[in-house]
Amino acid sequence: MGIAVRDVSKRFGKFTALEAVSVDVPSGSLTALLGPSGSGKSTLLRVIAGLERPDTGEVILDGENVTGRPPQRRGVGFVFQHYAAFRHMTVYENVAFGLRVRRHPRREIRERVEELLHLVQLEGLAKRYPAQLSGGQRQRMGLARALAVDPSVLLLDEPFGALDARVRKELRRWLRRLHDETHTTTLIVTHDQEEAMDVADQIVLMNHGRVEQAGGPRDLYEEPANEFVMGFVGPVNRIGEAFIRPHDVELLLEPAGDCQEAMVERLVHLGFEVRVELVRGDGEQLSVQISRDEAERLELERGQIVYVRPLRQRVF
Amino acid sequence: MSRYGLRFAALAYLAMLLLVPLGMVFWRTFEHGFWPAFHAVTAPDARSALWLTVLIALIVVPLNTIFGVVCALAIVRGRFPGKGIVNAVVDLPLALSPVVVGLALLLLYGRLGWLGPWLGSHGIKIIYALPGMVLATIFVSLPFVVREVVPVLREIGTEQEQAAATLGASRFQIFRRVTLPAIRWGVAYGVVLTTARALGEFGAVSVVSGHIAGKTETMTQYVQAQYEGFNTSGAYAASVVLALLAVITLLAMTLFRRKEET
Repeated sequence: MGIAVRDVSKRFGKFTALEAVSVDVPSGSLTALLGPSGSGKSTLLRVIAGLERPDTGEVILDGENVTGRPPQRRGVGFVFQHYAAFRHMTVYENVAFGLRVRRHPRREIRERVEELLHLVQLEGLAKRYPAQLSGGQRQRMGLARALAVDPSVLLLDEPFGALDARVRKELRRWLRRLHDETHTTTLIVTHDQEEAMDVADQIVLMNHGRVEQAGGPRDLYEEPANEFVMGFVGPVNRIGEAFIRPHDVELLLEPAGDCQEAMVERLVHLGFEVRVELVRGDGEQLSVQISRDEAERLELERGQIVYVRPLRQRVF
Repeated sequence: MSRYGLRFAALAYLAMLLLVPLGMVFWRTFEHGFWPAFHAVTAPDARSALWLTVLIALIVVPLNTIFGVVCALAIVRGRFPGKGIVNAVVDLPLALSPVVVGLALLLLYGRLGWLGPWLGSHGIKIIYALPGMVLATIFVSLPFVVREVVPVLREIGTEQEQAAATLGASRFQIFRRVTLPAIRWGVAYGVVLTTARALGEFGAVSVVSGHIAGKTETMTQYVQAQYEGFNTSGAYAASVVLALLAVITLLAMTLFRRKEET
């Protein structure tokens, strides 16, 4: 097991950040720690790095219990949301930092830094200062800096959170490719379920300092353990006790079998799909996603009455 | 129009209160040419006073710099009871009249003071000697480095230091390679202010120095003594030396301020 967390609890004053959390991150995997803000995911990452000391519980890295060890001796690479770039050092010096403090020979450092700058596509910018880089470039520098010391695990704390949507997607893809090449055990914290699904092999979903569910992106989406998981990993409608995904609903023009009446309130064209926002007789809102062809076939328009039939639903 | 009026008033105020008096000192110093002034400041007592002033600054500034940085780190990063009190006490020298500082030292280390008899029996002389003057200067110039470094430390936060820790840097390496370079302009600015204060200190040192010409007389006291002895040309010339030192520190200050902003 790459990273094993056993019954870790952490309180800040009266606030419980982590409550008896256990997480397993398989060696060589790319795992996402997903959750809303305040769910404890960043605290857990910092506990694994040794930047935060747990009140109880253990952290095991590559089979070794490192709970009492300082961050210096854990062999982790850490990437911060706001880059934590050394502002008075050039890109080259930033990346070389870990090797310099370990007193590696100068030539070896140069080779390694050049190799890493090539890997993160910053070759031409070695002499620049962090202030002269864009956010995306700074974060790639942060990644190169963390990778320089050959960490056994790579920990990323909302690494793309401060970047705009387009750069974020680009870096996400790039991180995935990088991971496929290096196979470093990687744990990435994010509050964005789309990001987690896009990049990770495994997702650990947290809420209120506890793990709600851990599994593959598909497991979480298809087999959510509870209402929270179902709502967090994708859009959801509620009809009575049942939870239904917007794409698991059929729209009919005539009543047939077990269906409910609703009125079309708004049509949102999303490209390939159309989101139909409906309001039921009892005033409840309902959102349904159908293909463009389907929407054309039904000739939907505002104010029209349709019949809603759930194809698949879940009751917790 | 009123905008220009306001500017004029501000400039006139500055000129009348600062530049004209200072200009007068320069003018009176060089009234009879350069050489009389030069001879006045190279007189044995003047040279000794200048050397003593510089010596005190050379002892005080490094000590207060080290203390200032450590104290700022404790105030910003430390978690200990009584932190608020430490933070407030650091500002005490700014609020307290230097004469009171001098008197306090006298009461503690003087011949009739608390520690006086013990020090006397061991042959240690603090009051009316260099140690007392150094203590007085340390006291009055204590807050400057702390006050300059604290906001810089707050601003840089702890993430860079945490990043350095995960990269394997020891606590000392983190301080030397990350924290210190990040706060260096704040430290430099604090050092300049400390130096200026140490060079110009009069009140506190005056109480504990004993005013022995050629021995325990600093530059500021030399100016006073010369003036009171009706040797006005000597007083003016020595004032000019102090003013020049001030101009140099002022230039250094502007330079560091600019660096800090970039």
